[in-house]
This record gives sequence, structure tokens and C-alpha cells, in this order.
Amino acid sequence: MKGFWRDAAEFFPILMNGVALTIVVTIGSLLLSTVLGLIWAMMRVSGIRALSMLSAGLINVIRGIPIIVLLFYLYFVMPDLGVTLTALQAAILGLGIAYSAYQAENFRAGIEAIDRGQIEAAQSIGMGWWLTMRRVVLPQAVRIVLPPYGNVMIMMLKDSSQASTITVAELALQGKLIASSTFKNTSVFTLVALMYLTMSIPLILLVRHFEKRAGKK
Amino acid sequence: MIELTDVHKSFGKVEVLKGITANVEKGEVVCIIGPSGSGKSTILRCINGLESYDRGEISVEGLKVDRDAPSIVKIRTQVSMVFQRFNLFPHRSVLENVVEGPLFVKKEPRAQVLERGRALLAQVGLAEKADAHPPQLSGGQQQRVAIARALAMQPKAILFDEPTSALDPELVGDVLGVMRKLADDGMTMVVVTHEMGFARDVADRVLFIDGGVIVEQGPAKALLNQPRHPRTQDFLRRVLHPL
Repeated sequence: MKGFWRDAAEFFPILMNGVALTIVVTIGSLLLSTVLGLIWAMMRVSGIRALSMLSAGLINVIRGIPIIVLLFYLYFVMPDLGVTLTALQAAILGLGIAYSAYQAENFRAGIEAIDRGQIEAAQSIGMGWWLTMRRVVLPQAVRIVLPPYGNVMIMMLKDSSQASTITVAELALQGKLIASSTFKNTSVFTLVALMYLTMSIPLILLVRHFEKRAGKK
Repeated sequence: MIELTDVHKSFGKVEVLKGITANVEKGEVVCIIGPSGSGKSTILRCINGLESYDRGEISVEGLKVDRDAPSIVKIRTQVSMVFQRFNLFPHRSVLENVVEGPLFVKKEPRAQVLERGRALLAQVGLAEKADAHPPQLSGGQQQRVAIARALAMQPKAILFDEPTSALDPELVGDVLGVMRKLADDGMTMVVVTHEMGFARDVADRVLFIDGGVIVEQGPAKALLNQPRHPRTQDFLRRVLHPL
């Protein structure tokens, strides 16, 4: 135990560099997946057949490819096609695209849960599709969508570790590098696990808060 | 002002409107009565384009109702609708519900709209509820807010789709009272209702619809007191004397 604390004091600063990258990857891909997910969901509920089929197809393709393969594709294959991305860019793009499919399905479920009468009321005062979405549907859907959205945040935090496979030195990869050079596997990976857990706990509490609020009305 | 000419409408294979021809004059109160499933609500919903229709023509002040044309917005801002289940926006306050259309659809100046919104809430007896949210109100109060919301658009006509059917019996009177005042003030109204007392006292004309056609129409008192068609007689007997 004493050894662990000594190791922890030694490795903590290096691992914190990894934490910084983990946070960058998580927030970056969270934002990207949210924007893309919203776009797919809006296409899906647009009522325009071509758009909704395109969106359904895209979502299925994205869902059917493992995140790690998507990352490899972006990082190792895209340069052959003339698009060179840094590891960090590829990681954010890959995770963002991969998670956009889940975000889209979550958003769509939230939008479709809104009572049809709400949309008719909006139409009856002359609102068009976009105004109805912005003023009536989306503000109500947010309440429904937030708890699962919080869960996606937690999953993304943990899945950001997959960026290590394309050389992004985030927390998991930093840990692996330290462990392989010091052989202190137990100390290092315990520390890494604790650091992920520490980052997850606020998110878990946030989800609980969302769930309580959604349950109220 | 509202004209329907030989309007047909099917849901799948079921033809719900089989050639409706009717008109509503400015300032007139027309009640539509009839058994459930007769197509009463569908007529209202076609007038402001919530439903499409297959054949015939509906026009509002000479403008053809076509829910896929941009002109539908103009029609909807002129013809408001009050729903059976109120359909207030639960995430907005009562006052926000009322001013939503004028502010965001008609883009009227904010201060002026808010003032009008408060005046309308006072008119329906809910001035003190301006900052409450709809779920905190009773059904009768919600429906009166919905009427204020419809009025806030400064419409030329209001369509009422069974406005008291979802209410507890003791709350019906408040809503009918507000509607009666509107009628007295000269608002053009088309009301789908099962409230025969309201139809008799307030409506100028009554249309009896059954099986997607207008079976009988005429001045409210005459039609309700001395119905000529056997189906009207039968329907009124069942509604007025259910036992």
C-alpha cells in the first residue's frame, strides 16, 4: 500500500497529461456527436422521404462498424485518399461519428414522444416545421432526452480510451506507457481506473439529477 | 367567409367526408353536431389544413385552403383553432402560451403583444394565472387559456373542436360562458359540440352530420326543436334523453 502511494505521487503528474487529452477527446467527440446526431434525427423526422431514408441508412452503417475500425480507417486509410488527420483529430472525428448514431436514435425517440396535439397546436397558430421544432418540440424533447444523453456522456468518457489505439496519449495510453517502462502494472492501472472513476462520478450524479427532473413532470 | 364545396376525404379506404358543401358567413356561429365518427372534427381540421382533403374545394375569404401551399400560414393566422384536449404548451407559462403566435409567427412588437395577452387573460377570467404553467391549471382553466391563445392571433374566425368534451361537468359552464361572450361580440365561430343547450341558445345555424354527409341544416332553434329528418330526430332523442 505504501508502495502504491509512492508510485501514485510519481506517476500522477504524467497521468494528468493523459487526463487532459481524455477530456479534450471526450468533449470534442461529445459536441460533434451531438451536432451530427441532431442533424440525423431532424432528417429522420423531416417527413421528407429521401432525407429520412438517407438518415436511417447512415445510422445503420455507422452502428454496424466498430469504433476501433472507424478510428483505424480515419487515421490509417484516409491519408491514402489524400486526407491527413492528426491522431487527435481522427479520434474526435471517429468517436463523434460513431456516437452520432446513438445520439440520433435518442433524439428521435425524444422528438417522437411529443404529443401529436402539440404539433397541431403549433401548426394551428401558423408555425412552420422549423418554428414548431424550435419553439414547441425540441424544448419538450430535451427533458426526455437528457437522462440517456448523460449516459452517453459516461460511455464516451470511457470509450475515449479507444483513441489510444491510434496513438493519442490519453489516460489509458499514458498508463500503458508508464506500466511497460516501469513494470508497476498494479499501481499504474489501479491509478488509471481510479482516475476514470473520479471523472465518471460527477457525470453519474448529473444523470441522476436529470432523471429526477424528468420524473417530476 | 368560409366556403366548402363538395369536399371529399378518405382515411385509407374509409371515406369520412362524402361531399360536404357548406358556408359560414362573417359573424355567424355555426354548430356542427352528429354522432362520433361522423366526420365533424375532420371538417374543422380540413378548414385550417391540419388534414388534407381529396376532392372539392375549401376557401377562407376567397383563399383556397391547401395545406402544402405557403398560403396555409395566412389561413391559419386568420382561422384559429381550439382543441378538445387544449394542447397548451406545457413548458411555457400561460401568458407565453397566449403570446407565442403573435410574437413568433406574426412578429408583432413584444410590449404590445404582452399587453394584449394580459387583457385577453383578463377577458377569460384568468388574469391572475398569467405566470402559472398549464399543468397547474384545471381543464376548464386550460381551455380558457387555449381560447385566449386563439384570440391573441386576432383571427377572423375560430374553430372549436369539441371544446368541452374533455372537461369535468362542473367546469363546462365557464368555458361555454366565454364562448357565448365571444359569439355576442360578433366572432365568427364554427363549433363541433355535443352541448345541445349551447347550440340552441348561441348558434345561428346548426349542421347535423352523419356518415360523412350533411343530413340536415337550418336555424339552430328550428333544427333542434323540430328536426325534420328521421336520423336527426333519432340522434337528438338519444342525446337529450339518454335513458
